[in-house]
Amino acid sequence: MSQIFHPSTNTLSKVSIVSVVLLLGGLGYGLLALNRSPYVARTKIPFDQPVPFSHKHHVAGLGIDCRYCHTTVERTASAGMPTTETCMSCHSMIWTNAPMLEPVRQSWATGKSLEWTRVHDLPGFVYFNHSIHVNKGIGCASCHGRVDQMPLVHQENTLYMEWCLDCHRHPEKHIRPRDKVFEMAYQPPANQLELGAKLVKEYKVQKLTDCYTCHR
Amino acid sequence: MKRLPWLLLIGGSMLMMGCRQDMHDQPRFRLNAATDLFGDRRAARPLVQGTVARGMLKTDTALWSGKVGNKNVDQFPFPITREVIERGRDRYNIFCSPCHGLTGHGDGMIVSRGLKKPPSYHTDALREQSVGHIYNVITNGNGSMMSYASRIPMRDRWAITAYVRVLQQSQNVKVSELTAEERRKLEGAQ
Repeated sequence: MSQIFHPSTNTLSKVSIVSVVLLLGGLGYGLLALNRSPYVARTKIPFDQPVPFSHKHHVAGLGIDCRYCHTTVERTASAGMPTTETCMSCHSMIWTNAPMLEPVRQSWATGKSLEWTRVHDLPGFVYFNHSIHVNKGIGCASCHGRVDQMPLVHQENTLYMEWCLDCHRHPEKHIRPRDKVFEMAYQPPANQLELGAKLVKEYKVQKLTDCYTCHR
Repeated sequence: MKRLPWLLLIGGSMLMMGCRQDMHDQPRFRLNAATDLFGDRRAARPLVQGTVARGMLKTDTALWSGKVGNKNVDQFPFPITREVIERGRDRYNIFCSPCHGLTGHGDGMIVSRGLKKPPSYHTDALREQSVGHIYNVITNGNGSMMSYASRIPMRDRWAITAYVRVLQQSQNVKVSELTAEERRKLEGAQ
């Protein structure tokens, strides 16, 4: 009885085994990469807003502190969105005829809220509190990126659980002195891990990785 | 092969199950959410008039409104420590310096962009104003300045008031009032 398979099928079978493994691995890797891509995670995409508010102009250009508008970031879970009154503190006097500010003036005149589009949209099952993070030395830019360079705000990071956990497991990689939290251009020093470990101790930062820290 | 469409349908609908976002988008209102339930489209409802949160009856008018009767108080309603002044500097630099400038001369960044120049703190008229007056301007606004009551909590407004006093003093000290050491420093700087 002759051989059923020609000797060349030896090579074919080896190649196909390797390529199936590679293909499946590649597919898995590709899916994970897709999941973290700007397209799926909605990062790096500026959102249309009722008023094209530029953080770049107000923060980098004018030097206004984050907390001038986000007044509750040190006290409550929400950083706080500025009221129309906050906008009008200056814009009742300057740029009073700018067409792009018409919605703000409308809101001021009618008392109706400006309806901004939420950029950082955490899932409903995640609890997040701004105040604890800024009070423990996590800078605004660590999560939000260089907002002072954004004409229109986009989401810088995925806000995925793996991203949160990376910092909750290793806070020393990202922590900074409390008085630098609102500094947009802060550069971590060369000995960040050393300084970080010291600050983690000093600020009594706990490595909270229990499920119920965020899912409560 | 008759089974193929069914398999596709079941397989396809099982894949679709992953697309439901019920847990992400839960049927509750988040802060500042919009809704069609109310005419003003706000999910956050205004408090019923006359509502008082526990401990917030504000009977201490000197503390809350900076006034006793109709008169601005001329004493701080609580002791001003170094800590309070440092807090005041911090808050002043955030909320006031954009217009009033870091030293209170009314030369802030926004003024250079066309805002009407606010008065300098360093005039006799403003140096003689009571602390209650300064607190009231922060709380209720004055002229073209808006109220900051919704942005700065009461104790921080007093802390800023204290820091404004510090600024006024910092720009109005006679050389003869300095200690010998400070005078030496000043002469060294010149």
